[in-house]
Amino acid sequence: MKPLGSIRRSFAPWADPAAKPYIVFENVSKVFGDFTAVDDLSLSIYEREFFALLGASGCGKSTLLRMLAGFETPTRGRILLDGQDLVGIPPYRRPVNMMFQSYALFPHMSVEDNIAFGLKQEGMPKAEIAKRVTEMLRLVKLEAFAKRKPHQLSGGQRQRVALARSVAKRPKVLLLDEPLGALDKKLREETQFELMDLQQDLGLTFMVVTHDQEEAMTMSDRIAIMDKGKVCQVATPAEIYEAPNSRFVADFVGSVNLFEGTVARREGSAAVIEGEGITIDTDNGSDAPAGAKVWYAVRPEKIKVSARAPEVMGPNTAEGEVWDIAYLGDMTLIHVRLPDGRVVRTSQLNRQRVVEEPLTWNDRAWISFARDSGVVLTR
Amino acid sequence: MNRWSRFNIISVTLGFAFLYLPIVILIVFSFNESRLVTVWGGFSTKWYGTLLSNQGLMDAVWVTARVGVISATIATVLGTMAALALTRWTRFRGRLLFSGMVFAPLVMPEVITGLSLLLLFVSLGFDRGITTVTLAHITFTMCYVAVVVQSRLVSFDRSLEEAAMDLGATPTRTFFAITLPLILPAVVAGWMLAFTLSLDDLVIASFTSGPGATTLPMKIYSQVRLGVTPEINAICTILIGIVSLGVLTASVVNKCREVQRRRDEQAAMRA
Amino acid sequence: MAVEAAEAKIAPVSGTGKVDGGGFIQAVTSRLVIAVPYFWLLLFFLVPFFIVVKISLSQTAIAIPPYTPVFTASDGPSGWWANVREFSFDNYLWLTQDALYFNAYVTSVIIAAISTVLTLLVGYPIAYGMARAPQSLRPVLLMLVILPFWTSFLIRVYAWIGILKPEGLLNQLLLSIGLFSQPLVILNTYTAIFIGIVYSYLPFMVLPLYASLEKMDNSLIEAAQDLGCTPTAAFWKITFPLSLPGVVAGALLVFIPAVGEFVIPDLLGGSQTLMIGRTLWSEFFANRDWPVSSAVAVILLIILVAPIMYFQRAQAQAQEAGR
Repeated sequence: MKPLGSIRRSFAPWADPAAKPYIVFENVSKVFGDFTAVDDLSLSIYEREFFALLGASGCGKSTLLRMLAGFETPTRGRILLDGQDLVGIPPYRRPVNMMFQSYALFPHMSVEDNIAFGLKQEGMPKAEIAKRVTEMLRLVKLEAFAKRKPHQLSGGQRQRVALARSVAKRPKVLLLDEPLGALDKKLREETQFELMDLQQDLGLTFMVVTHDQEEAMTMSDRIAIMDKGKVCQVATPAEIYEAPNSRFVADFVGSVNLFEGTVARREGSAAVIEGEGITIDTDNGSDAPAGAKVWYAVRPEKIKVSARAPEVMGPNTAEGEVWDIAYLGDMTLIHVRLPDGRVVRTSQLNRQRVVEEPLTWNDRAWISFARDSGVVLTR
Repeated sequence: MNRWSRFNIISVTLGFAFLYLPIVILIVFSFNESRLVTVWGGFSTKWYGTLLSNQGLMDAVWVTARVGVISATIATVLGTMAALALTRWTRFRGRLLFSGMVFAPLVMPEVITGLSLLLLFVSLGFDRGITTVTLAHITFTMCYVAVVVQSRLVSFDRSLEEAAMDLGATPTRTFFAITLPLILPAVVAGWMLAFTLSLDDLVIASFTSGPGATTLPMKIYSQVRLGVTPEINAICTILIGIVSLGVLTASVVNKCREVQRRRDEQAAMRA
Repeated sequence: MAVEAAEAKIAPVSGTGKVDGGGFIQAVTSRLVIAVPYFWLLLFFLVPFFIVVKISLSQTAIAIPPYTPVFTASDGPSGWWANVREFSFDNYLWLTQDALYFNAYVTSVIIAAISTVLTLLVGYPIAYGMARAPQSLRPVLLMLVILPFWTSFLIRVYAWIGILKPEGLLNQLLLSIGLFSQPLVILNTYTAIFIGIVYSYLPFMVLPLYASLEKMDNSLIEAAQDLGCTPTAAFWKITFPLSLPGVVAGALLVFIPAVGEFVIPDLLGGSQTLMIGRTLWSEFFANRDWPVSSAVAVILLIILVAPIMYFQRAQAQAQEAGR
């Protein structure tokens, strides 16, 4: 299979069968009363990986992170870090550190005391602590703020102190709980890249929990999509987006059109699907046999909308009317309503300032997409 | 609640007049020249002078101070522990009974508390005196401390403690390095409350104290029964002065800190 | 399947085994935090009640301590059993025979109830006014309500003697403005007790009321008025129902201690007024009848058990809500 998306990866230990995973969750479950937060979950994460757990609130992603940090004990299963079983080890003896969503900066300590806190617990000599703290302050560009108290800092500065404090001990894994959640949009975008650079420079393994898909897509090497305590898919951002393994994942990440149909014919990986009002001819046919009920998932930007009928009304085309238009600047969202009432979402990149024949509400419109635009989903 | 209507202003003003007028009158008449408490006979501080020469009164002050400091200190430790137990351990055997025992003394009529403690001390064969009063005061004031500290702990951000443990501090160290410094204002307030409650208590002390352990309220009470005198007004004024000064200082210090903090925060936001 | 389950059970245990000594110390420390205050309260709060019950079943005696039987360790189990058989309900019988006690209980409850209502009537407008005060003024007002709470109860009651006396300041004022020609007799009446209770317990009423009124969202009132409520209707339909938790907390904080109040009836009510706290006190200190005063206390406690339990539940709920 050709690489998906626009990035070629050189770092991909998960694709190497000989690589040894660094963190292993082995059939881990966590039950609170009669609520199962994490359900028989297994997951492997590799050294130096930037790994994201993405899911809606309550999907168990934070519980998973807190079990690795040691704040929760798994009801069942094992958690291994670098070959060592962590279950039973209290949080203060684990070689992992966490950056909290609220930052949890100690309000009664200065910035440097906050950063030095973990080092002092280790019994590191004073001179060495001072050196490390200075180094950390330089790393997050807060040298001038060493003596300040947390409440004397802006939100972005606090976030950087929290980061410096959690990496000061050089943990084997850095856990980040919604690291950018409290920042405003602009700062968030900048910080995303800073975090990635930092992870590269320090060579640490990062495990981040987030509900923001853009954040997860931007920063991580791989993403685990979680729902109801289970992992739905673990893959690179491009794979998650371009080759989701289920309707849930396809719908959860980005926007998607799902065409329901039955596999009419298949040849190798190619398949023809008969849907309602549309015939789909694709070369990513999954392994669904002929006669199986499937869904064809295609992203809005992969669909072309035209005001003119194509020369041949073959497969992967349909006629409808423009139902809704939203102009967003860089692109325009056009919803096309098919004769049977289904609405197909498309997004058209605005490459030209001046459009010859712009579409408007209630115009006749034809949608079409290429054979490799979507994926066939069986669940 | 954006409008402060005339009705609101009047009710608040009258309410505070009702609360404070009797105290103001009491203070004013402590400076009365005349022996008659209700007739103004000119300004004088002579009743304050007579207090100092009243040996029985001074003894009572000393007893009260000792009982107050010792009982408030122990009650603060126990009350803080109780507050921690109630907020941090949501389920343990007998928790319901425990929380009941913490809240009940707040409303328990003092005559019952006093009588029951006395009967306990008699059954145990304790000699009644300063020790028994102190034990009694620890018991009922620790519940107030627990409530004050608990209300702070409920709003305490647990992730601070988790962060400390995550950085390698054991739970005990976490408590002393993070939790205690942050709840300290509530602990101090709890101590002050325990101290003043001990200072004020008449009923429980009357039941549990013995010969030679007369506390100040007991002394005041025995004199009040004989009639209103300017000396009592004077000692009451001193007590009110000390307590008000303590409470006001504490709240002003708090307020200043808060203002400073807000100013810092605004400065940080602007930067 | 069963093997797996067994392994799952063993795994965490073996994991804990790897923890060095710190884990044990931590576990002990955390136990102590609960155990020390727990046992203190058991010994000094709960056990005494059982002793009160026990002594209420004993006989008065001219001895030290002034009751029999006295339990001592040297009696041994058989001796204790003999002592238990000496228990009698005579003291309780005595309470029912003498109308004085019955009247004292009834009067106490009635006085406490009336005082609670009066305190609510006085306290509500104050709390409401405070909650509507400008934001900047509220901490000062709150401080002013709390301050009397810190000053001695005894002193505050004492302050009223000088005001309510026949030749006191209130009568001086009333006579001088010509409202009355004769001084009013207020001291040593039930009126004085009402004044004393309302005055002393006012902060206990105002604070919970203020707390529930202050956090109320003003947009609720605005929404009600927007939907056609007059301000008065909005108050009764929105504000008051939402402040009910504060009303209940305040009422219990006043009512329960007021039933057993001693200082106020003693200093302001004089010898004519009958309240159970005073009865208990005089039974104990004047008559030195420990068993009867214990019986008085037990009955008082039985009367108050329901409101105290209710108070505790309300406290626990408020605490849960605060989380």
